[in-house]
This record gives sequence, C-alpha cells and structure tokens, in this order.
Amino acid sequence: MNAWTALDRFLRTDPRDVGCAEAMELLHVYAELAAADASAAHRYPGIAAHLAACGPCAEDFDGLLAAIRSPAQ
Amino acid sequence: MAPADPIDRISPPPRLDPDSRQWVRVLSGTGPQREAGLARLHELLLRIARAELQRRSGQFRITGPELDDLAYQAAADALLAIDLKLGQFRGDSRFTTWAYKFVIFEVSAKIGRHFWAHPAVPMDAEDWDRLPGRLGPDPARETERRELADAVHRAVDEQLTPRQRKVFVAIVLNGVPLDALVAELGSTRNAIYKTMFDARRKLRAALAANGYLDDQTSRHS
Repeated sequence: MNAWTALDRFLRTDPRDVGCAEAMELLHVYAELAAADASAAHRYPGIAAHLAACGPCAEDFDGLLAAIRSPAQ
Repeated sequence: MAPADPIDRISPPPRLDPDSRQWVRVLSGTGPQREAGLARLHELLLRIARAELQRRSGQFRITGPELDDLAYQAAADALLAIDLKLGQFRGDSRFTTWAYKFVIFEVSAKIGRHFWAHPAVPMDAEDWDRLPGRLGPDPARETERRELADAVHRAVDEQLTPRQRKVFVAIVLNGVPLDALVAELGSTRNAIYKTMFDARRKLRAALAANGYLDDQTSRHS
C-alpha cells in the first residue's frame, strides 16, 4: 500500500458510523454479543463501522472483550 | 461510601440474570451489605484496571507504583460513576460487563491525560513533511512525498475550519492520541471524533475534486 492509498483509506468515512457517544453507550451490549458469537456487527452495523474507524473506541472494545473473557468471569 | 441520590435507587429490572440482580439489590441497599458490595466491586474493577493497563502498556511510559496508582484511580472513579448511574442499568448485559465498561473508559481517559506528562511533539507543531510517514509506508520518491504533503496541506488550509484544522494537525501531523486531545481541549471523545470525521470528509472531497483521489481508489495506487 502506498501513501496515497493510505491517505485515501484514512479520509474515507462510512455513513453508517454512529460516532463515539452511541458506540460507548452500547459497548457493553456489543461486547457481550461479540464474545458470544459473530452477530454483533450484523445487529449493530453502525457500531461495527465506528469501531473500524475509531482507534480509541476500538481499543476500549478490545479491553472490554478481554475483561469479560478473563478467567474470573 | 454513602448511597447515591434516592431517585436512582430502583427495583431490579425483571429480566436480569441472577448474578446481576444480586449486584443491583446489594448496591441499591444500605448498611454493611452495601458497603461489602462496593468493596467487592472495587476489587473487581481494580483487577480489570490493572489488566487493561498491562494490556496497553506499549502506549505509555508508566511503571511501578505510578502505574498501580493509575489503576486505583481508575477503579475508584469507575466505582463512583457506577454508583451514580446504577439506576440506568437495564439488564441488557450482565451487570459486571456494564460495570467493566466504566473502568475501561477511566483507564483510557487517564492514559490520555498522562500523555501530556511527556509529549513527543507540541500539539500545534506544523511539519508537513511528516505527513506521508504518518499515514503509512513513507513514499520512496521525494517528488511523491512533496506532492502528497503539498496537496493535503493546501486542502487543509482551504477547506477546514480553524477548529478542524487544529484537531487535524494535532492528531494526524503530530500523533497526539485522541483521548489526550480530549483532555487538553476539555472536550469529549465524541466531539473530537466528529470534528475529525467532518474534516476527513471535506479533505477527501477536495482532493478528489483536484484529481488526487477518485471515488473508487487513489490515483497513485
């Protein structure tokens, strides 16, 4: 991938992207679905689109997923 | 810790799983049982905070007692938020999943604030030559580097509002983490993300209009 392609990918926006506020509001629901099966992105495409574009929210999602999968659960 | 405002004290929603129902019942109560519940929840939150800080340890330079202080602060602030918002828990996940979300958010916010203890670059520095390298593989040819940096610089100057420009420069040129910018500007993650979202859309349209990018793929791919 050259720098123009990287720039193009970075600048592209997904109209389904719900933004941080809605993603953070429902992150616990989304994470439990994701931990249980693959239906999370299908059921919440706007959150999936957001997590694909927002590094901080994706990081929180990974952290929450790790937390609910931790041995004490 | 004293109980939060009584209006937040609710009966557990009927669809709660048994563990979640127990958490809500105990934390909504009073006296020693509630205090014990808060202590147990704090213990869980502290464990999650420590694990999350460990998982993200490559993103910051904090170690030893300072790292554990951060975990304690995140757990304490999350516990406070959970206690205040207990009435908003509707049972659409397990209670612990809902609660862990708060401590994960607190860890992110604290890492963001900590960034300013040792910032690598001032947030308003403008070295546009850094741009190609910040986007990914640095173009080998100097002419390509220059063309890309000039095209984006020009689009930023012509298309973005002062606020969008400030956020774009901080995040893209200078590598300021979004949560660090949130802390510095006293804003919210949603507001900064929306500012960047709108800036990305405007820049892409401008670069496409000038023939640098098109609707399908980049001119130079």
